[in-house]
Amino acid sequence: MAKNSKEVAKHEEVAEHDYATGLAVITEDKISDPGIEPHRVRMTDKSVKHEKAAARQVALLFAISILGSIFAIWAYYAFPFDDTNASSLRINTLFLGLGISLGLFGIGIGAVHWAKTLMPDAEVSEERHQTRGTEEVRAAALEVIRLADQESGFSRRKLIRRTLYGALALFPIPAIVLFSDLGPNPKDSLRHTMWGAKKNTRLARDPDGTPIKASDVQIGSVFHVIPEGLEKLEAPHMLNEKAKAAVLLVRLDPSEIKNDKEREWGYDGIVAYSKICTHVGCPVALYEQHTHHLLCPCHQSTFDLAEDCKVVFGPATRPLPQLKIEVDAEGYLVAPGDFAEPVGPSFWERKA
Amino acid sequence: MSNAVTSKKKGGFLAGTANYLDERVGIAGIVKEFGRKIFPDHWSFMLGEVALYSFLVLLLSGTFLTFFFNPTMAETTYDGVFGPLKGAHMSSAYASTLDISFEVRGGLLMRQVHHWSALLFVAAAGLHMLRVFFTGAFRKPREINWVVGFMLFVLGMAGGFTGYSLPDDLLSGNGLRIIDGMLKGLPWIGSYTSSLLFGGEFPGNQIVPRLYSLHIMIVPALILVFLVVHLFMVVIHKHTHYSGPGKKDTNVVGYPLMPVYVAKAGGFFFIVFGVIMLTAAFVTINPVWNYGSYDPSPVSAGTQPDWYIGFLDGALRLAPTGIETVVNGATVSWNILLPMIVGVGLLGVVAVYPFIEGWITGDKREHHVLDRPRNAPTRTAIGAAGVTFYAVLWAGAGTDLIATNFKMSLNQVLTTMQILLFVAPVAAYFVTKRLCLSLQRKDREIVLHGHESGRIVRLPHGEYVEVHEQADVYQIWKLTDFKEYAPTLARPNANGVITIRARIRSALSKMFFEDRVSPVSKTELEAAKHHAELH
Repeated sequence: MAKNSKEVAKHEEVAEHDYATGLAVITEDKISDPGIEPHRVRMTDKSVKHEKAAARQVALLFAISILGSIFAIWAYYAFPFDDTNASSLRINTLFLGLGISLGLFGIGIGAVHWAKTLMPDAEVSEERHQTRGTEEVRAAALEVIRLADQESGFSRRKLIRRTLYGALALFPIPAIVLFSDLGPNPKDSLRHTMWGAKKNTRLARDPDGTPIKASDVQIGSVFHVIPEGLEKLEAPHMLNEKAKAAVLLVRLDPSEIKNDKEREWGYDGIVAYSKICTHVGCPVALYEQHTHHLLCPCHQSTFDLAEDCKVVFGPATRPLPQLKIEVDAEGYLVAPGDFAEPVGPSFWERKA
Repeated sequence: MSNAVTSKKKGGFLAGTANYLDERVGIAGIVKEFGRKIFPDHWSFMLGEVALYSFLVLLLSGTFLTFFFNPTMAETTYDGVFGPLKGAHMSSAYASTLDISFEVRGGLLMRQVHHWSALLFVAAAGLHMLRVFFTGAFRKPREINWVVGFMLFVLGMAGGFTGYSLPDDLLSGNGLRIIDGMLKGLPWIGSYTSSLLFGGEFPGNQIVPRLYSLHIMIVPALILVFLVVHLFMVVIHKHTHYSGPGKKDTNVVGYPLMPVYVAKAGGFFFIVFGVIMLTAAFVTINPVWNYGSYDPSPVSAGTQPDWYIGFLDGALRLAPTGIETVVNGATVSWNILLPMIVGVGLLGVVAVYPFIEGWITGDKREHHVLDRPRNAPTRTAIGAAGVTFYAVLWAGAGTDLIATNFKMSLNQVLTTMQILLFVAPVAAYFVTKRLCLSLQRKDREIVLHGHESGRIVRLPHGEYVEVHEQADVYQIWKLTDFKEYAPTLARPNANGVITIRARIRSALSKMFFEDRVSPVSKTELEAAKHHAELH
């Protein structure tokens, strides 16, 4: 009792602190608080029969959990993987997961049921103390800080303090510099693709790398193209080069091409465009034949193939870069050189 | 010492253990201090618990996966049991993901448990934030804990994204390609930043091990730190409670930690775990074997990120055509910067909202009784507008699926979304505010005139009236216990100047509190009772 009254006293003392009420409307005319509602007695509180039934239910739920866990262990061995039976994986996953779930649900629902039916459900009130310390505590804390300052001379010794600030400001910088080797300076790597590595690289099918003859390309057909020899590159370079050099090859009726440059850089209606979206670099892989539109499935930028792949819809701004193509002596499609501009997403120094 | 010996004799094994621990770690003091701490009860307080428990499930299932996953991009030829990919060249990361799925018993189950609990973690954290927002639980003294919780939400998204990219399948590779494109669009440092992240050109062979470090070490460690701070502050502040009879800013009404909350919350962990396990056992998620290993050339139609990245992807899609500009030879990718600004800006407003509202109300008192959302109409309306804005961005990430499933024009769906992004939040704001005010008026009606009883009575002079039943004192208290705020005028300061700050605060306070419904006062209630008795 004595301790209780002391706590109340402490609380009142803190409450004396004058907190600004701001725009809150303070009223004396407030309806009074009736206090916590009287406890409603549960069936399990007043009937031994119900109490016993609830206890049995809780025990039953825990027992189900035990059985579930045993079932899970059994299922792990009882349903082995069978390479010849595709559903064995599904059955193993299903029964193992079902057993573990039962093991978990039994404990969980049992414990909650126990709490709700058999543990006391009368609401209890506990005093809250304001987060702010009491005046004495705050004064004592200030005194600690003051003493520490006095003993170390932190405020007094300006030179020490300022050099310490300088040292603390600089010491993390080597750690930042250390991360520079995470990646090289990109230099002009974004400006070149494998098409410029040598003259007259043949256009090859993605992914098998067989070269394409102009006569193979029918009007309306689409080829996913890589530079010949790309598939033979070593692991990271192969994907790095492919991420820049992937091309889409389409043959249009030459009369449908509305752009002179496009016609000139193509061959008899066959045109090749970078497949890497000029928005954020997804492959522009969907071609709609009757509208000549290329659609990027990531963010729906749409390019008009009949008009030099200019953007007709979506967040991209620039047209897809065209790859100039010719036909060599054997009738294969070749690229005399690289794209005239960087492919793929924009970057700050792109135009420089 | 003699006491310890006797207590050991009296009790059995448990008492002995308790004594052993107390003499070494002082557990008696901890139990005495926290054992009977009171926690209030409400279903909406479970949302944060769901997030906490799904994080624990993430740790458990993730640890299992680390034992089998091989986080390198070294090229290998697949020689596992999944027929369609036999002989394919792929990274070891992808191959080991296939092995976990097809050759480790329970491996697929654990992958699915991990993925489902990640989705649930972010969802539960988001809903928990909405609960905290709409009930005003972020008010003093909990503003800092709001920011800590916000960090947890952002870290949850970061954890999800870094994990999503690890299997190195076609879908996650395209996700990384988008990150690469967005990084390249940053002013000045774009191409360098991309090179630093990918260790050179995209995709390179560095990104998976790097994301792995982030995913299994840095992000979970940060989440743990913030989680500990978050819960520690809950203990310091004690949990808020909803307004109700006997519930005040100076007390906390509920049930004791031991035994009730140990059983309820402890049991609830198992229920959450069970729900995740059951979902994982029955519902396939992220079937990476269907997508194939990453290749920069193919992509499938209808690609979608995990749900919580949707709003950022939607922002990218909703950017208007042709807004990239070239200034002095420098390419400024507004089609990337604008969505980034929108996404980061939305999160930024969420992070600082408690400080904005605190500044407007100027209320420096501690608040431990929660607001019913209707009793803070403008806050609720702002929240509804924010949720609507987020929802439109999120739906924006599905424009292609909406168009194909409902046989609509993709262009029209996208244009509609672009318009809705501006119109819908404004509409949501006004509709919500009016709804809140109407609900408050209805509450006043119930307090003053009681409930309609459905009984029609004929008075002696022939008039028919419906008898209203007086609400009980507890309900009256619940409906009248809220804080009223009044707008302020822009007042001159000590130098006689009306500062811009004062003008802004005055304007905002007007927006917040000009339209308001006051709680029924004692005088009004008595007058109403008196009036009723006259009848």
